Amino acid sequence: MSSQPRRRRLEVEQIGDVTVVNFIDRKILDEQNIQVIGDQLFSLVDQDGLRKLLLNFGNVEYLSSAALGKLITLNKKLQGVGGRLVLCNIDPQIYEVFEITRLDKFFNIQKEEQAALQAF
Amino acid sequence: MPITVANTMNSPRDVRPTVAADLTIPSDAAEARRIQDEIEQHLHARHVSEHDIFSIKLALEEALVNAIKHGNQMDRAKKVHISYQLFADRFDVQIADDGGGFDPNDVPDPTAFENLERPCGRGLMLMRHYMTEVVFNQRGNRVSMSKVFHSGGNGKK
Repeated sequence: MSSQPRRRRLEVEQIGDVTVVNFIDRKILDEQNIQVIGDQLFSLVDQDGLRKLLLNFGNVEYLSSAALGKLITLNKKLQGVGGRLVLCNIDPQIYEVFEITRLDKFFNIQKEEQAALQAF
Repeated sequence: MPITVANTMNSPRDVRPTVAADLTIPSDAAEARRIQDEIEQHLHARHVSEHDIFSIKLALEEALVNAIKHGNQMDRAKKVHISYQLFADRFDVQIADDGGGFDPNDVPDPTAFENLERPCGRGLMLMRHYMTEVVFNQRGNRVSMSKVFHSGGNGKK
């Protein structure tokens, strides 16, 4: 188990009233790693009070079902405060994971960031 | 090129694996990661297709997380036993934990409407989708998975 300080796993920028999040990790794996990423995503809502989150998966090559779990929790959290979550730039292999688990219809998934920004 | 997959795990085999290993690790994510990286390197070295490597990596991740988290209840003292064999046309892996086992039929369908919002329960489904064959032992603490390779992939397995 790592005892190093938690480094930032997310790159966050504001475009209008939408918060665009890029992942620093190319592979969203490992329970521990996913826990930290999840916590950093949740704090955007809980601590920073952000309500419109756009997750850009452009950098992500790989993720596991535990990561899907965090996205579901994030989605619920945002809905609970009248916010919205949109995902974009998901590569076809990763998109298949969403399709298999029927989460492609559950989340708002857009092809690219430009289109996604309009989806709010 | 059509590929028949019947009885892949019971066919007589007179072909030796290119690479084979039998390993035991503690229930630790970093240890599991080390084995996964090792397997990935072997797959790359043998020019297994990108999609097949993706599929194997995903199934391995799910199976190892299941073994550590559910099978061994995150108890570092409990072991995970991993054996794998890489052939020219397929990859086989067997993962066993020291836990009491479970009944794979007890896992609810994660795509059912009432389960869609649950944060967990998808690992088994992903393993079954991405691997050619997934078989559990009677007790449910050992899974054998097999991936028959597709060359020049034109889509799904």
